Amino acid sequence: MDLGDLSTVLVVGATTAYAIGFVAFAIDLAHLADRVGRPAARRVHDASVAAASVVGGARAAGGARAAGGDILVEAPADVVPRRKAVGIAMATTTLGLAFHGVGLLLRGLAAGRVPWANMYEFTAVGTFVAVATFLVLTRWRDVRFLGTIVVGLVVVALGLALTVFYVAAEGVQPALQSYWLVIHVFIATTATGLLTVSFAASALQLLKDSREQGMARSARPDADADAARPSRLAGPRWRALDALPAPRELEALSFRITAVGFVLWTFTVMAGAIWAEHAWGRYWGWDPKEVWSFVVWVVYAAYLHARTTAGWSGRRAAWFVLVGYATVIANFTLVNLFFSGLHAYSGL
Amino acid sequence: MPQDRVDEMALEEATTPTLPQLGAVGALRWVWRQLTSMRVALMLLMLLAVVAVPGSVLPQRPQDPADVATYLADNPGLGVWLDRLGLFDVYASVWFSAVYLLLFVSLIGCIVPRIALHGRALRARPPRAPRRFDRFGVRDQAVVEAPATEVVAVATRALAGPLRALPRFRVDTGLEDSGALTLSAERGYLRESGNIVFHLALVGLLVAIATGQMLHYRGQAIVVEGRGFANAVTDYDTFVGGTAFAPGSLVPFTVGLDRFTAEFTAEARPVDFAAEVTVREPGGQARPAVIRVNHPLSVGGVKVYLQGNGYAPDVVVRDAAGEVAFAGAVPFLPQDAVYTSRGVIKVPDVSTGDQIGIVGFLLPTAVVTPAGAASVHPQPDAPLLVLTVWRGDLGLDTGVPQNVYELDVTGMEQVVGADGTPTTIVVEPGQTVDLPGGLGTLTWQGTPRFVALDLRHDPALGAILGFALAVLAGLTVSLFTPRRRIWLRLTENDGRTVVDSAALARGDDLGLAGELERVMDAIRARPGEDRSGDGPR
Repeated sequence: MDLGDLSTVLVVGATTAYAIGFVAFAIDLAHLADRVGRPAARRVHDASVAAASVVGGARAAGGARAAGGDILVEAPADVVPRRKAVGIAMATTTLGLAFHGVGLLLRGLAAGRVPWANMYEFTAVGTFVAVATFLVLTRWRDVRFLGTIVVGLVVVALGLALTVFYVAAEGVQPALQSYWLVIHVFIATTATGLLTVSFAASALQLLKDSREQGMARSARPDADADAARPSRLAGPRWRALDALPAPRELEALSFRITAVGFVLWTFTVMAGAIWAEHAWGRYWGWDPKEVWSFVVWVVYAAYLHARTTAGWSGRRAAWFVLVGYATVIANFTLVNLFFSGLHAYSGL
Repeated sequence: MPQDRVDEMALEEATTPTLPQLGAVGALRWVWRQLTSMRVALMLLMLLAVVAVPGSVLPQRPQDPADVATYLADNPGLGVWLDRLGLFDVYASVWFSAVYLLLFVSLIGCIVPRIALHGRALRARPPRAPRRFDRFGVRDQAVVEAPATEVVAVATRALAGPLRALPRFRVDTGLEDSGALTLSAERGYLRESGNIVFHLALVGLLVAIATGQMLHYRGQAIVVEGRGFANAVTDYDTFVGGTAFAPGSLVPFTVGLDRFTAEFTAEARPVDFAAEVTVREPGGQARPAVIRVNHPLSVGGVKVYLQGNGYAPDVVVRDAAGEVAFAGAVPFLPQDAVYTSRGVIKVPDVSTGDQIGIVGFLLPTAVVTPAGAASVHPQPDAPLLVLTVWRGDLGLDTGVPQNVYELDVTGMEQVVGADGTPTTIVVEPGQTVDLPGGLGTLTWQGTPRFVALDLRHDPALGAILGFALAVLAGLTVSLFTPRRRIWLRLTENDGRTVVDSAALARGDDLGLAGELERVMDAIRARPGEDRSGDGPR
């Protein structure tokens, strides 16, 4: 077994660990919902503060920092009984990340270059960044509820990478022999990882918002008009959503991550243009990859504008994140696999 | 923070729900308001994303004219309509241009008033302290022994930071009717500055790109080992100049190709390409240089890129009379990863009989099987030429320019064997073979390599890079600069000073509480402090 094979084994191990983590995150979310459903279990010091930040949030973090002379009181997130499932989820996900990291390192050593030069490797690095971002975020805020979506997406992506995109580790063709491979591709992959997390936050924001609106509708006295078409999200099946922070907090979380992702994407496009100038003799040539990178940039730019436009912030802006992420995925899959262009580096 | 939201939205022009008194001026003003509104900008952005997509789905003329031709041939009915709508050159089409130009007009219409607004904001004082602090989420109180004036000095220092030229907070003091001293501080003006820089840099970027398009030129040249070319319009195989390009501006340098080396793995994956050249600039010494993929050569304001390579078999063709009718290296264009290369040798200058056209393939590492010959590796380990011969009129005298890599067979007929199938000749290096039909002989003398060089001059590159960096810097500053306001109210009581404070941020701001804490800590750190008023509310 050489280094390349060992790397693959580790990535398979990471995928397995993530899969276990995903299941545990899902169980945790279901349990959380049960607990939220039983008011008796909601033992917190101050109900008004708890309502503002059920699972922590901006103030909670601020409060935790000012531990000596609290400016704000925080409702400790774990006053509720210990969440065993989420502990398992976090542990296995962290273990998976360790496997994943070592796997990438060995892959780089086996190929004698940075481990991001074909689709299998882009996926492996992008998912690594997504999980790492998620785990770093959990140190900063309790966003473990994002685990189900983020780790779930990562399991699917890694599964695809190992089965469909996989190629053996080897060197790269002359067009890729540039330090821009290190910079441009790494930043692009990192941005994709970040945008995956912000996608998860925005998707949850929309679901949560729909549930709240649906419940508010059915709680109204004149609910019989709406009863004809009851919102499915307001039903008990989706009560896991009750455990999530308010849509406004999810929106803020998504925005922060998207903002970083957008800046990195801007850098990606620029670095790509500089590299194209070096390698192909033009900085911009409307190659399919360039077209879609442009589309991604424009959609996220539209999102940033939507947030500050009357009547477009909140729900509507969140849809832009969903559309934006769809274009990111299209840029990665459709363009690499089906469109002919200069970015034909899938290795497939 | 509702009022902050409103601040942000003040940027958006309110569109009047009732139609204005319609006159030409009124209508124009209404259109202008619409165009510069955020909502229309948003729609134009989404529209820009949508109209960019067809260019990645359909073949595009500037990138791949051959694919467009194939598409038109395959879809005769639909293709014509797509062509009329400009879908084979999306990024130069009227509708694509209309969207981005409208977007830029909207951008300018939006950003210019904001510059004026921001200029005023930069000179304005921070907003006065609100009467009541209890509506703010982040607030604190301290009671200190120091007199109020001293506290103000300490707080101002803590808020403004060490840099006088670029204070962290802008601080203003006031005196209320009750006798209480107030202090208002605001930071985050750079946010809007960054925003304006970002948008102006985008305009600059567009202008720089357009300028580059007008002044640029690019040309392609195929150069065989041992030969060279001069930077002159006539020496290029293809040449495109911008509308404002003057042919006299070409610097007459020459580039000679001394050697080209290519390295491949056993699986035919390319590892390295290097073109060793000699460059002569006017009035300068000849100097050697190496051009690699990703490492263009800079000479005379031009960048020279290595875009392709292949083999150019050096052949001598003698006609039926034994006279040399053609001698030279003929580039054969690689068709696949193992460099199965196709080429045409046109022999018009025969001393007797028909003109000759020779078409065929060069196989760098040929493996001959009963099914035919094929190349298995791009290196010339066992090269073979497999050719068929045409005779007749090459059509070179008609004056219509011809593609040197294609044979126009309208006036020609293929030389066939007794069974009626085309006669194929197979040549090894150094061999001389008879051409079928008694047309003469062909000698393969050697196999020099050729490189396809792409030369490009764009004087706007520096400006484009500069504006792009400004875009990135402006964007980063505008997204990550926090906007915060801090107010202090100081009331003297019993010889002690009670300091009430409140902080407000735009949007969700994790660092707000920490910022207030920092200022209050500085105030409390004065001698004679009293922590009795310290603590959470």
